[in-house]
Amino acid sequence: MNPENYIILSAVLFTIGALGVLVRRNAIIVFMSVELMLNAANLAFVAFARMNGNLDGQTVAFFVMVVAAAEVVVGLAIIVTIFRTRRSASIDEPNLLKY
Amino acid sequence: MSRMPLIDPVLPAFTTPSINYYAIAPILIVFGAAVVSVLVEAFVPRRGRRVTQLVLVIASIVAAFAVTLDLRGTRLVTGEGAIAVDGPTLVMWGALLLISLLAAFLMAERTIDPLGDAFAARASSLPGSEDERQFAARGYLQTEVWPFLLFALTGMLAFVAANDLLMMFVALEVMSLPLYLLAGMARRRRLLSQEAALKYFLLGAFSSAFFLYGAALIYGYSGSIGFVAISDTLTAKTAEGSLLAIGLALLMVGLLFKVAAVPFHQWTPDVYQGAPSPVTGFMAATVKIAAFGAILRLLYVAFGGMRWDWQPMLWIIAALTMLVGSIIAITQSDMKRMLAYSSIAQAGFILVGVIVATPQGLGASLFYLIAYGFTTIGMFAVIMMVRNASGEATSLAEWRGLGRKSPLVAGVFSLFLLSLAGIPLTSGFVGKFAVFAAAIDAGAVWLVIIGVVASIIAAFFYVRVVVLMHFADPTEETASVAIPSAFTTVTLTAATVMTIALGIFPQWLLDVIEQAGVFIR
Repeated sequence: MNPENYIILSAVLFTIGALGVLVRRNAIIVFMSVELMLNAANLAFVAFARMNGNLDGQTVAFFVMVVAAAEVVVGLAIIVTIFRTRRSASIDEPNLLKY
Repeated sequence: MSRMPLIDPVLPAFTTPSINYYAIAPILIVFGAAVVSVLVEAFVPRRGRRVTQLVLVIASIVAAFAVTLDLRGTRLVTGEGAIAVDGPTLVMWGALLLISLLAAFLMAERTIDPLGDAFAARASSLPGSEDERQFAARGYLQTEVWPFLLFALTGMLAFVAANDLLMMFVALEVMSLPLYLLAGMARRRRLLSQEAALKYFLLGAFSSAFFLYGAALIYGYSGSIGFVAISDTLTAKTAEGSLLAIGLALLMVGLLFKVAAVPFHQWTPDVYQGAPSPVTGFMAATVKIAAFGAILRLLYVAFGGMRWDWQPMLWIIAALTMLVGSIIAITQSDMKRMLAYSSIAQAGFILVGVIVATPQGLGASLFYLIAYGFTTIGMFAVIMMVRNASGEATSLAEWRGLGRKSPLVAGVFSLFLLSLAGIPLTSGFVGKFAVFAAAIDAGAVWLVIIGVVASIIAAFFYVRVVVLMHFADPTEETASVAIPSAFTTVTLTAATVMTIALGIFPQWLLDVIEQAGVFIR
């Protein structure tokens, strides 16, 4: 199968993720959309590694998985703290900081 | 149908990377101390933790700084091209380490606030709950802030030395993740602080995803993640693919977010206002240096060959950043928010130095960053000290007439403001002059004109605060200045000395930067 299809798939996934961040209101869903964007990048790296014929892209994908896991730890800690304080995970509700 | 092999047989085998451990010792020392500091949290009894952590932080930063000094003159690429240790790297390492040390002193301060240091007794306890009261009454301290500080510093040191896209991404995250958490740990106004952490985290993660996808596209274009290899591909391939243009744009989104350039600046005021002041000072000063270090290396080393393509794009962003930051700052009524918009405007001035893409522009940007870093950390030291009964007094109305009540502190703060405004005999003037001179030499006259206009607008709100402090009578709500311990005094003194010294005798630092030379290829 042509690896270029995977690049297109990754672009589609990245766009879905970016749209999800912009339109969804629940912090968890927003965060999941960010993870989708990271994984879209992973897919692009692996597909490009195949097209370029070297292993750099596959190595990057492994590192990104670790970084994404670390980001989940930090992100969920922050989101859970906010949820416990406000009893809501909506990103519209914390609005004390403005102007 | 024949089965395709999983990987092409011609692929080279993995080889053990050769690493010059001494050249990257500053990163390793700080990183090692960060790991030990996590163990301290696990094994040292509660009473001894604060002292142990402080000793560890100060000792590791001083040791890393000593190694950085010893490394001067080093120019090498190590770790199979992943890390470049050259003049600009070493200058930025030195600045990052010194400013982080000053920020660590601010984080250690606990005599200003009668309740303790700037951080929640337990960041996990619910704001306003019985738990929170109990933890505070028992004098618990959230000593985890120290490992966070060291991890963030590790990330910054690696960020400015990163010479391939993977290293840069990992360093970006190692730098950012602890800062997201630190932003949410304030002792007072915890709802604001947590909100700041959430906004910083979601937007930061969003922007690093853009960076990563940009890295993937660049890898697709050039077949390599190393900056030198990318640069070689640019010269070898004459056709400019859309992969290249989109990839570079996405990379820059991720990096410009970190320096708070317009239009990626929306998080800045909220995070600056909500985060505890020592953290805001740390973040404002060091992240700016680290992220600009990364931008400079990425644009000069990897994409120097296509500067005619990225210069117009950055030209617009720099002009917007200077103008939007300066104009919106005028309308602010909160000191920390005003400084946030001021930092946006300053990012625009530094971008002018980045755009010109000459050795002179590189040196001017470095000088500006260092001058800005020391001034900023001093400003947040003052903000920590100006208080009313409920904590820091950040509303501008509460600063009215402060110069009558505390001439010294208000005078020092005025010095910092004038430095940011670029008044002669302060470090900010030399920085601005160097940046604009470099831009004029490179022919970017219109950019300099916009920059000067923005400086005049910015000078208006800086001077307005000076006038408010010194020439208005104190009112009922004017805040008072708390007496700090030696920690804050040292930071404030160092910031003041640097602001004046770099303004009157800038030559020594200019010499250091000139000897540092340009990025290694």
